[in-house]
Amino acid sequence: MAATSRLPVLLAQWHQALLALAARRRMRLPYAAAAHMLGVLAGLLSAGAARAVELPEDRADVMYHYYDGGGTKASGPAVLVRKSLADKVSLSGSYYLDMVSNASIDVVTTASPYKETRREEVLGLDYVYRDAAITVSASNSSEPDYTAKSAGIDVSQEVFGGLTTVSLGYTRAWDKVGQKGIGFFDAAKHWRYRLGATQILTPRILMSANFEAVSDDGFLGSPYRVARVFGAAVPERNPRTRTSRSLMLRVIGDLGSRDALRAEYRYFWDTWDIRSSTVEFGYSRYFGDLWLGDAYLRYYKQAHALFYSDNAQAETLYISRNRQLSSFKSYGLGTRVAYSAKRVPGKYEIKLNGALERARFTFSDFTDLRDGSKYSYDATIVQVFVSATF
Amino acid sequence: MNAPRATVCPRSACVLAAALALVGLLAGCSIAPWVKPYERERLADPIMKFSRDALSDKHFEHVREVREGARGATGVQGGGCGCN
Repeated sequence: MAATSRLPVLLAQWHQALLALAARRRMRLPYAAAAHMLGVLAGLLSAGAARAVELPEDRADVMYHYYDGGGTKASGPAVLVRKSLADKVSLSGSYYLDMVSNASIDVVTTASPYKETRREEVLGLDYVYRDAAITVSASNSSEPDYTAKSAGIDVSQEVFGGLTTVSLGYTRAWDKVGQKGIGFFDAAKHWRYRLGATQILTPRILMSANFEAVSDDGFLGSPYRVARVFGAAVPERNPRTRTSRSLMLRVIGDLGSRDALRAEYRYFWDTWDIRSSTVEFGYSRYFGDLWLGDAYLRYYKQAHALFYSDNAQAETLYISRNRQLSSFKSYGLGTRVAYSAKRVPGKYEIKLNGALERARFTFSDFTDLRDGSKYSYDATIVQVFVSATF
Repeated sequence: MNAPRATVCPRSACVLAAALALVGLLAGCSIAPWVKPYERERLADPIMKFSRDALSDKHFEHVREVREGARGATGVQGGGCGCN
């Protein structure tokens, strides 16, 4: 960093010295040409250094999260700490705990309610050089009957004078699948490839396009879940491979009164023949100097997997009655509030945050076996967290 | 029996040719940034970020990934399974 920032200054000094020499000795051409070349090089280098991408802000977050919907409750704490070193590298670490109490419709109609805990640790390192940023990360998630490890790298580069940021990413993940009473009996591998671009359109409008392809290989279902064939319960049978693709477009615009509006659309398709669309609209606004509020509306719709059936009327190689693979819609209405509790400009800021979302899931081909009606449920998602930037 | 005729312009070759032409065109142009750095003050405001709080986004992403068939392209990784 120091050597890079001194170089333009050194070149500028040589530029001045050569110009002076050219003026004194009347040998204008070679000295002047060399002086101008050095001047241009110094300008380019200093411009390049000044336009450097910034490291993420140092911050610490402590959160309590809660989910309640369809008989499942999951809650717990989460912590994230991020700190930069020598203005070149930023290290981050997070810990996430999910305490799950499951009495979902699958469980109450075919098994017994249960409780379990999932722990997840993530370590990350961000490095910036000029207009590029590189992030490497690794994660480890464990619960009694499932473990997941992953490693990933993301690279982003600003081009066209910082108007466009292009990004590439890759994540590889390894899971172990288990079952209570049996232990770990199978595995799954995942590959994720990301490509994205963020574009400044005007001084008030930003747009981004992101594409991600995910491939899976291994045991991709649940050993506890059952399907129905001719009304009888049979263990579900999923294909051992899956490849999906998603394309997401986002736009966000400053409305001019310390508020902003955003719109998002994602189209998803995969080799299991699931198709889905997600639409989200959000509005953010400052209230005074201390409050920031957000409200959003989210709509999600998907068409079922090829081998999904509520009650199959034929024997097939693959069969599943997993609600996640059925045809359903969901609507979500959410709000977030951030309050700046303490701010010392240039030093630190502490914010108190809250988020609440209410969502409704409506299934078109999943029957509630208790009363024969089409299944639907409401869910509540709550987050309360303190964030400090320093 | 006649040998099958080669396709004149297979779809992938057309896409590749179009992409190369586009890259060539872009390389030939010098695109000047039409929004100058000093005009980007509003874009730097936190309300203009697609993702403001990583931990909060991670939780929402996880809740959705274990309930919906769709995944990916959100810029956030929900992590783990939690789906058994």
